[in-house]
Amino acid sequence: MDFALSGEQNMLVESVRAFCERELYPHEELVEQSDEVPPELAQEIRDKALKAGFYAANMPEDLGGGGLDAVELALFERELGRPNYALQSFVVRPSNILQGCEGDQRERYLLPAIRGERMDCLAMTEPGAGSDVRGMSTRAVRDGDDWVVNGQKHFISHADVADFCILFAVTGEEETLRGPRKRISSFLVDHDTPGLEVRPGPRPVSHRGYKNCELYFTDCRIPGSALLGEEGKGFELANTWLGASRLTVATMCVGRAQRVMDLAVDWAAQRKQFGQPIGRNQGVGFKLADMATDIRAAELLTLMAAWNHGQGRMTDQDAAMAKVFASEMLARVTDEAVQIYGGMGLMDSLPLERFWRDARIERIWDGTSEIQRHIIARSLLRPLGA
Amino acid sequence: MKVLVAIKRVIDAYVKVRVKSDGSGVETQNVKMSMNPFCEIAVEEAVRMKEAGIASEVVVVSCGQQNSQETIRTALAMGADRGILVQSDAELQPLAIAKLLKGVVEKEQPELVLMGKQAVDNDFNQTGQMLSALLDWSQATFASKIEKSDGKLTVTREIDGGLETIEVALPAVVTADLRLNEPRYASLPNIMKAKKKPIDTMSAEDLGVDPSPRLSVVKVSEPPARQGGAKVGSVAELVEKLKNEAKVI
Ligand SMILES: Cc1cc2nc3c(=O)[nH]c(=O)nc-3n(C[C@H](O)[C@H](O)[C@H](O)COP(=O)(O)OP(=O)(O)OC[C@H]3O[C@@H](n4cnc5c(N)ncnc54)[C@H](O)[C@@H]3O)c2cc1C
Repeated sequence: MDFALSGEQNMLVESVRAFCERELYPHEELVEQSDEVPPELAQEIRDKALKAGFYAANMPEDLGGGGLDAVELALFERELGRPNYALQSFVVRPSNILQGCEGDQRERYLLPAIRGERMDCLAMTEPGAGSDVRGMSTRAVRDGDDWVVNGQKHFISHADVADFCILFAVTGEEETLRGPRKRISSFLVDHDTPGLEVRPGPRPVSHRGYKNCELYFTDCRIPGSALLGEEGKGFELANTWLGASRLTVATMCVGRAQRVMDLAVDWAAQRKQFGQPIGRNQGVGFKLADMATDIRAAELLTLMAAWNHGQGRMTDQDAAMAKVFASEMLARVTDEAVQIYGGMGLMDSLPLERFWRDARIERIWDGTSEIQRHIIARSLLRPLGA
Repeated sequence: MKVLVAIKRVIDAYVKVRVKSDGSGVETQNVKMSMNPFCEIAVEEAVRMKEAGIASEVVVVSCGQQNSQETIRTALAMGADRGILVQSDAELQPLAIAKLLKGVVEKEQPELVLMGKQAVDNDFNQTGQMLSALLDWSQATFASKIEKSDGKLTVTREIDGGLETIEVALPAVVTADLRLNEPRYASLPNIMKAKKKPIDTMSAEDLGVDPSPRLSVVKVSEPPARQGGAKVGSVAELVEKLKNEAKVI
């Protein structure tokens, strides 16, 4: 078993880190203060990412993407976990589900998303349907060749800058062994379609500059060709393509934790009280030891899940374990880092307070910690019929 | 014009260097290694020359242990065309490296050798000058700007008083200073391509060079810890301290 990175993987890490340090870090202050990424800056980041070949790094090479394998992608996104979230979001990884595009959809959605001409967002969650996504009530009803959509989505990330959404909506009911169930389908909807309104959502505590939106569909008419995959097979499609998005959260948590760790170690070595560096006190030194161990464990769990994913055998449990552990690790690490900084840890003149705030969302989106534990528990108990 | 760039693997410039407890050198075990920053600038300049159609081929060469291959790969990922590793486990000092590079130059016949002005590990600032002397080529050191015209280069040099512009005939050895350019980060496609680019390996014997060191290191020690400053109350006190404490007047 070889845990060392290959020369190429090292180069990838160094190059992405240099990109972040040079192209993203210098704008962090601006975004943190203004809660906004100015459109020109967003375009500049897109252009630089395209030039460096980092844009759509998750997409296959033959489609014009970066062609990274699962472990390389985990390393790549780990580095993107370091800078402000909104800034890195313009180093776009289009949703993998777009690889389900067929026929004309490829030229209209998939390829422009990879070329950086159009941006996607994913609209699943509703005010009445969060963890229980199948409880959604947005409906698409057949009308001749078209579909007519009615309903509301919320918490839809970067819908403000996206050109189209990948919408999940109810298209009927079916009988299953466990009773009646909603049929969910997936659609590609241009944001300028009449009957669709994108409104700004509330301001979250985490990730300044990164917006979430509310999508209102009112008799929104979309053509039959907007259906992505088969009718009623929306979740199957999501399971095929979105399984790895939990790894994205996990690995970005690891990257951010590593940045925080460096700051905490520096401070503990430099800040003097009672005539010596505070890190000399076991009360502080042991914190550092636990933080470093916590980060290492999360990193290994994440890379292992990624490796399994690359081998085509990642289980739901693998992804859930990585996501729940890494996101909760980040909470512990950022909290202790603030403690080590003392009062300065709370001040917005240093980035510690924002890493602490930013950590909070990671335990909620892409499946809450409770849902991840539920997945792990079910995979332990289901085989025993319990 | 074919360009040869000499690069060195050193302890990463951002690592806090620690002296070995026996004073024989610095700790290199489990320490992050990278390309010498000035060498990176030299590679960048060569790649830019290639992109501008001035250079026809960019060959990078590194003298050192097997793991210098990684440093060569980094240069290939930045855009160099192929690499040469002159493999040697001996401690290589500037004169030995200059002799090895001379051997490589004779095989490769470049018109221009680009290198860093110095390596950040030993700060010798000798190898480029020695190489130009051994080859009997023109030299331009501390370059902050390089322009090519027919058969010659116009090089702006960073000197103590400011900038000096000189013309050198080709072939030439030019060493890069900090402000020559800002090296790029390797692009993803170039990182992927780098593994397919060839790296030739040769030994000191192949080049007919005896690389044994001529200098011996007696002792390596940490610089003295910086003392905190102190405020003085009057000119008289300052003079007194300079005389009796600092003993400089
Ligand atoms: C800023 C932001 C951006 C987002 N971006 C997107 C996006 O782009 N697209 C998208 O579709 N969604 C997005 N989401 C939605 C996100 O995935 C949901 O918030 C998440 O799935 C949880 O749903 P909820 O907020 O409705 O919480 P709820 O489901 O209401 O959960 C509330 C609490 O109940 C617990 N709970 C619920 N069910 C169970 C259970 N069975 N067992 C134990 N505990 C349970 C939860 O763990 C949680 O603690 C985003 C959310 C945020 C905050």
